[in-house]
Amino acid sequence: MSLDPHKYRQDFPILSEKVYGKSLVYFDNAATTQTPTQVTDVLVEYYNKYNSNIHRGVHYLSNKSTEGAENARLKVQKFINAAHSHEVIFTAGTTESINLVANSFGECYVSEGDEVIVSEMEHHSNIVPWQMLCQRKKATLKVLPFNDKGELMTEKLEDLITDRTKILAVNHISNSLGTINPIKEIIDFAHSKNVPVLIDAAQSVQHKKIDVQALDADFLVFSGHKLYGPTGVGVLYGKEKYLNEMPPWQGGGEMIKEVTFEKTTYNELPFKFEAGTPNYIDTIGLGAAIDYVEAIGLDEIDAYEQELLAYATAKFESIPNLRIYGTAKNKTSVISFLVEGIHFYDMGMLLDQMGIAVRTGTHCTEPVMQHFGIDGTVRASFAFYNTKEEIDALFAGIEKVCKMFAV
Amino acid sequence: MRVAIGRLLMTDYYYKMTINEIQEGIIEEFAGFEDWMDKYAYLIELGNDLEGMDEQYQTDQNLIKGCQSKVWFNAKLEDGVVKLEANSDAIIVKGIAALLIRVFNNQTPEAIMNADLKFIDEIGLKQHLSPTRSNGLVSMVKQIKMYGLAFNHKVNN
Repeated sequence: MSLDPHKYRQDFPILSEKVYGKSLVYFDNAATTQTPTQVTDVLVEYYNKYNSNIHRGVHYLSNKSTEGAENARLKVQKFINAAHSHEVIFTAGTTESINLVANSFGECYVSEGDEVIVSEMEHHSNIVPWQMLCQRKKATLKVLPFNDKGELMTEKLEDLITDRTKILAVNHISNSLGTINPIKEIIDFAHSKNVPVLIDAAQSVQHKKIDVQALDADFLVFSGHKLYGPTGVGVLYGKEKYLNEMPPWQGGGEMIKEVTFEKTTYNELPFKFEAGTPNYIDTIGLGAAIDYVEAIGLDEIDAYEQELLAYATAKFESIPNLRIYGTAKNKTSVISFLVEGIHFYDMGMLLDQMGIAVRTGTHCTEPVMQHFGIDGTVRASFAFYNTKEEIDALFAGIEKVCKMFAV
Repeated sequence: MRVAIGRLLMTDYYYKMTINEIQEGIIEEFAGFEDWMDKYAYLIELGNDLEGMDEQYQTDQNLIKGCQSKVWFNAKLEDGVVKLEANSDAIIVKGIAALLIRVFNNQTPEAIMNADLKFIDEIGLKQHLSPTRSNGLVSMVKQIKMYGLAFNHKVNN
């Protein structure tokens, strides 16, 4: 029995909204997933009943908030099967998590002449922080390419990794192509050359069960708002060994042990990396999102989304002149496409008029577009609350646009 | 009417519509469309009909920044009025550019500078004006106004 989306759609009031008087079809899930009332209720409850700055508080409310946020850390630990809860650092999101590692790990381990490897299909968030690090340190950024189906050419790692390679940063799932990368294989190979690996899991935690210990990932990062949680909160998982050795990135409250004008000593993990008042209520919301997803089951979610992907792919392939970018064997529920003769922006604008939300452009992966020699694509990305009827609506919408353009 | 006749005499051959009069015309045209499909079909038609521009002017300098689609505007001052041409790789965007050209082409720099663009609101293109990086309309209008300002400076100095 596959998952019944109708059982869950009522948890997401936004899905019943009308756009220009038409029923909303939300296919922009790879950018942001919608938030169920089970999560928003928790946010409202904490603001209305327990809001108070966390940690070091003496009073009841502060203790309640602290308990909520630290409880969320335990939920994340269990969710990704980290060995210790202090290996879970809360950040503003995937981008901040990567910047933290690029700055702090980079400061510690990368020097002139060293190398950092990223893949050709990374989001700009997993390119630019490394590029900036390489500029600062006079290090070299190297790129692991992908083939025309959108699959990483992992065999090239053999030549790419040298004894100057300090870290490899790669996504688990590509946001613009949908490719699921063989990260276990990549991590094992990199480790055989003593190279630590950062996994950008922004596009995978909502689809696939993650076990950082089984993967032996050194760092793994993701965002709350792509996991049915609030915006503005994310996670950096790092192995204790590295997090202990790495210097703090940002200074401020919370991350210190003792401060004098002569010298400051730093707090222990995880607080060493959480300067300033954390986004504690959204952190609590992220915990609620994890509860929500786990109650449904990631395996069920994944199986159903695969069904949607297969259904949509078959339909899309029947449209003449439509080309799908990203045809890897292992894909998640993301379809990037172009219809010959129709600009992605025109397509997106017209679908929008029909109440269908897709994303258009480069999807913050300009190198992926450069690989295919295009300026952008239209991207439809499906979540477990989407239905086959909605895919039918998108299909009809694309056909209508084709007609308007006489393609 | 006397003003119109005066202008007719001034220009000898034709009565030049003001920016506001052209806007009124566009608003009237769009009022005739029953639904969004007709409106966008018309923008597609305008886009297809707009004569592109000489490729030599499709330079980075003439590229309007901040759009998902590429839009180029080129302007020159001839006989005291601004001559505009534009192109885009997206047809609807090109259609919107065609409307802007219709409004601003052959107008004086001063008129362009001081123009109050109400038609965008009234024909329901306002959503394309939101200051997000995906849209081009706000940048297009800004660019045209910049041309107006620059040429006005040139005329008066």
